[in-house]
Amino acid sequence: MKHLFAKLYVWLLLAILYAPILIIIIFSFTEARVLGNWTGFSTKLYQSLFSGGVNNSLFVTLLNTFAIAFIAASASAVLGSLAAIGIFNLRHKTRNTVLFLNNIPILNPEIITGVSLFLLFVSLGISQGFMTVVLAHISFCVPYVVLSILPRLKQMNPSLYEAALDLGATPMQALRKVIFPEIKPGIISGFILTFTLSFDDFVVSLFTIGNEGLQTLSTYIYADARKGGLTPELRPLTSLIFIVVLVLLFIVNQRAKKSAVHEK
Amino acid sequence: MTILGPSGCGKTTLLRLIAGFLPATSGQIFIGGKEITGIPPYKRPVNTVFQKYALFPHLNVYDNIAFGLKLKKLPRKEIDRKVARVLKMVSMTDYEYRSVDSLSGGQQQRVAIARAIVNEPEVLLLDEPLSALDLKMRQDMQMELKELHKNLKITFLYVTHDQEEALTLSDTVVVMSEGVIQQTGTPMDVYNEPANSFVADFIGASNILNAEMIEDELVRFANHDFKCVDKGFGEHTPVDVVLRPEDIVVFENPSNGMLCGKIQSVVFKGVHYELTVLTEDGYELLVHDYNCFNVGATVGLAVKPFDIHVMKKERVCNTFEGKLIDASHVEFLGHEFECKEVEGIEAGERVKVEVDFGDVELLDNEGMIEGEVKYILYKCDRYHLTVLTDWDENIYVDTQDVWDDGDKVGISIMPEHIRVIHL
Amino acid sequence: MKKRQFGRFGVQKNWTIPYAVFLLVFVITPLILIAIYAFTDADGQFSLANFQKFIHHGETVNTFVYSIGIALITTLVCLIVGYPVAWILSQNIFSSTSVIVMLFILPMWINTLIRTLATVALFDFLQLPLGEGALIFGLVYNFLPFMIYPIYNVLNKTDHSLTEAAQDLGACPLKVFTRVTLPLSMPGVTSGILMVFMPTVSTFAIAELLTLNNIKLLGTTVQENINNGMWNYGAAISLVMLLLIGVSSLFTDDKSGEEGGLL
Repeated sequence: MKHLFAKLYVWLLLAILYAPILIIIIFSFTEARVLGNWTGFSTKLYQSLFSGGVNNSLFVTLLNTFAIAFIAASASAVLGSLAAIGIFNLRHKTRNTVLFLNNIPILNPEIITGVSLFLLFVSLGISQGFMTVVLAHISFCVPYVVLSILPRLKQMNPSLYEAALDLGATPMQALRKVIFPEIKPGIISGFILTFTLSFDDFVVSLFTIGNEGLQTLSTYIYADARKGGLTPELRPLTSLIFIVVLVLLFIVNQRAKKSAVHEK
Repeated sequence: MTILGPSGCGKTTLLRLIAGFLPATSGQIFIGGKEITGIPPYKRPVNTVFQKYALFPHLNVYDNIAFGLKLKKLPRKEIDRKVARVLKMVSMTDYEYRSVDSLSGGQQQRVAIARAIVNEPEVLLLDEPLSALDLKMRQDMQMELKELHKNLKITFLYVTHDQEEALTLSDTVVVMSEGVIQQTGTPMDVYNEPANSFVADFIGASNILNAEMIEDELVRFANHDFKCVDKGFGEHTPVDVVLRPEDIVVFENPSNGMLCGKIQSVVFKGVHYELTVLTEDGYELLVHDYNCFNVGATVGLAVKPFDIHVMKKERVCNTFEGKLIDASHVEFLGHEFECKEVEGIEAGERVKVEVDFGDVELLDNEGMIEGEVKYILYKCDRYHLTVLTDWDENIYVDTQDVWDDGDKVGISIMPEHIRVIHL
Repeated sequence: MKKRQFGRFGVQKNWTIPYAVFLLVFVITPLILIAIYAFTDADGQFSLANFQKFIHHGETVNTFVYSIGIALITTLVCLIVGYPVAWILSQNIFSSTSVIVMLFILPMWINTLIRTLATVALFDFLQLPLGEGALIFGLVYNFLPFMIYPIYNVLNKTDHSLTEAAQDLGACPLKVFTRVTLPLSMPGVTSGILMVFMPTVSTFAIAELLTLNNIKLLGTTVQENINNGMWNYGAAISLVMLLLIGVSSLFTDDKSGEEGGLL
């Protein structure tokens, strides 16, 4: 009873937080064009979403968004791993400088990142499109990868590398056989993080996507919303994304709990 | 062979140099007559057992041990055979497929040893391998290591700061301090005949006193002349004398002893009693005796000539290199000190400066220069401190005050105590 | 003996070079470009015209001040609403706190646009008017998790024996909070404030959608200018925004980058 107020407060807040999402989910199961009209239960919107056809552009956009996210995540994982190992071995002063530079993209507001990259591509005469978006995403995602790998390097028993050398491994072999397995979890979480950041990105994509018709999910929604309507198929899409993220986070949470107990 | 010394003395550095993790800036390293100085660690015929085991967490026991063998591309059957053999040696058969984090500290230790010896190195390096274990486990492992050493017949180079461990395990002990080897010898040599006061103080409990060698086989300390067995120190030479607590005999009747003193404390140590006795002249001695005495009782103390160990003094006073600024100022230790009028030496010349141990004043607050207490040697009637000054040179101080290791101190020297001499 | 805590992988420190180059090209140079464009006019000559325009253009100055105001209000509301949540969660009174925390974090991972449109949907559904109130609601709604998470993290990691020590020394629960818990949570609070204030000052899409483009924020101005080819002016405003954020983060002086919030 003592905690009743506290619990109520939290639940209330959660309710407000999820109300809009719930509305979208509920109204994804109806056919009405306008959000808010309930014309009876139907899964037509879901079917429409996956069938292509009229909404081919949405499907194509989804594919593009996935592709961009995947490429950006892979490139970031590679670049970030190399960078993290490099940074880990720097002397104190240099390390701090590089880390500071590393943190700039994280601290920068998205619009600054977007505008600055826009100006970069314009100055270099690079026409904007798929590649520029991927490059832009990599540039603001790699720092996150670095920051998710560095802690693992710090936690690692510092003698492991030397133990490998002692047993006859060359430095490259030691890196491959001992260091990489240690940082693998960091690489994986960095990959997932980058994928999500890229998938959800709006501002930076908007500024680097150009006018050739390429759309990511976010820019598509934005263009749509400006026109005044919310494409009905976006409702089932949102619901699905929500479920997927919910499940993913749940899994991550369980894994984190298991490894925390493990470490104890 | 054990390398023994306090933390920071350089023993781990020495080990890392031999293993190859630290490149040598000068000098050479030979193993069995062959030079290995320029060879990287993965090509040296040595293997290391690390202090924190450094077992690869993503591999199981078998893969950890087989790591070095797999790199040499040995056939699977041979690897199996070798791994089984070393597992038996460390009493860990059947543990092949266990994961590393399911093992206890002692078990991890054995796997670390197995992983190193399976590669058949010429020299096995052990970096304080037992320091993370509790006492009982440590003692058991010490015995096992000795057995292993006997069976393997290769050189074990063992690093530790625990002198009991060193004395128990070794054929040879190397005592190190501040990067310099102080003494090399068998455990008995090092214990019974320490080369200097550092070794005497580090190994076993001991009473170390300032003394004067009057002539061969006669030494004076604690205001009394003692017959001893050492010769060759000259006449009337200042020396250091070591008396082991167990070698001092206690007499209930004070007149039966050579020295007379009052018992300050009695502590029961299981096998013996540990007594502190303050002599009439103010020397506090540590004594081990099987009998119990009462605090406050006056007793007699005696020691056999054979048990008095005389050592050369490393130094009789502080000596510094300095520069004469003018007739009454000399610069050394990075500071300009005022001194008595100096005659016969030109200003600007390099000089030798001497200061007696007892003339250096230590203060809680700022002094003429600052320093940090690095080492405290109890000399029964005073403390002999090694203080590292800000100028990175040591200054040695005799004082009655009690200081702690690591204390920051201010240092002052009065002008009349500074002796300036030609270089 | 001072041991270097970092690895001696040796050669591998050169692996930072490709990354350093990358950062130089894709992070540093673009930022420098903003400065360059801000200080030049359409012909490429050095000029302060952009800034003069900024100061004299009443509307822009209004937008500037208004945006800061909105950002401050949003941050304040997030703080007032969010701190209690973080505190309650750290007290572990729920049977599965980690699940509840996850529920609060979950929205952070869903597309901002979608969340904003969901808010529009909510307002439509409840037949509430869009406008300034909706804007603030939408902003708080969007950024609340960013305030809660850092504070929760710090509170959670606080050594519980500190509160017990305070109680042992005679402090009642209120005093324990004001004199121990609150001061110790400050790093989390500053982190949260930064993570809300900064994006709020620079946001534009949310404003556009939630106010039917009636209310323009600083971010909107930048976006419009860039889109209309007025790159120099847009760059100038961006520079002002950067300065604003730089100044406000100096006030707080924390390592919110390392907190990351999302990591």
